[in-house]
Amino acid sequence: MSDAHTTLHSWACIGVVAAMAITGECLIAAAMRKLGDLDIIRAKSGMPGAIRAVLSSPMFLLGATCMALNFFAMLFTFSTVELSLAAPATASLTYVGNAVAAKLFLQENVDRRRWLAVVFVCAGVLLLSK
Amino acid sequence: MKHKLTLQQYLILIAVMLTASVGDSLLSKGMEQVGAVDLHHLDKLWHALFNPYVDAGILLLIGFFASYMTALSWADLTFVMPATAFGYVVVALLARFWRHEQLSPYRWAGIVLIVCAVGFVANGPPRTELAEENSAHRELNIMDSGAGR
Repeated sequence: MSDAHTTLHSWACIGVVAAMAITGECLIAAAMRKLGDLDIIRAKSGMPGAIRAVLSSPMFLLGATCMALNFFAMLFTFSTVELSLAAPATASLTYVGNAVAAKLFLQENVDRRRWLAVVFVCAGVLLLSK
Repeated sequence: MKHKLTLQQYLILIAVMLTASVGDSLLSKGMEQVGAVDLHHLDKLWHALFNPYVDAGILLLIGFFASYMTALSWADLTFVMPATAFGYVVVALLARFWRHEQLSPYRWAGIVLIVCAVGFVANGPPRTELAEENSAHRELNIMDSGAGR
C-alpha cells in the first residue's frame, strides 16, 4: 500500500470512529434532555421506572447503537492504525465535533468559555499522548 | 440558564470523572493478568469474567454510563464533556502514584490544560434553557398560580 493510501485509510478510520461517537453522544444527550431530570424520575417511580423510561426512548436506543458501533470501529482502528495517532486524534476530533454538533443540533449555548475548554481539552489530550 | 448545581449533582459529576478512568485502569490490570486474547483463544474472554479486577472494572463502567446519562438529563453535553476528559488526568495520576510510572513534562502540561478546561466550564451555567422548555415552565407556573387561587 502506498503512503498516501495508508494515510487516507488511517484518517478514514479515525473519521468513522469520531462520527459514530459524535452521533451517539448527541442522540443520547437529546434523549436525556427530552426525558428530563433522571433524579426526579427515580424519586417518583424508583430505579426500575427510571430504567424503563430510558430504555423506552427510541432516540436513546439509536444513540446506544451508535456507541456500540463506535466501540467496534475503535477496536478495528486501534488494530490497523498506530495507537499514538489513533487515540489522541479520535478523542480530539470527538470533542471538537461534539461542541459543533451540540451548538447546531442541540441548540446549546456554546459560549467562549466552552470553546476555550474544548481547545484546552484537545491540547491536553495531545500532550498526554506524548 | 440555571446556574447552581446541588451537592448530589456535583457528586454525580465526580462519579463521571472517577468511574470511567478507574474502571479502565482495573480492566487493563485484569486483562494483563488474563493474557493476550486472539481469535484462536476466544475462550480467554470467558475466563476474564472470573477475574476480580475485570469484574470490578465492568461494574465501574456500568456506573459510569448511569452517572453520565443522569448528568446529561440536567446538564448540557458541552458541560459534561470536560468532566469525562478529566478521566485522562485521573488515569495519568493513577499511573504515577499507583503503578509508579514516570510522567514526562508533556504529560504534566496536558494534565494542567485539562484541569483548566474543567475549571472554565465548571464556573459557568450547566444547562441552556431552550425556548420551548421556557414556555413549558411558564405554562406550568400559570397553571400552578391558577390552582392556588
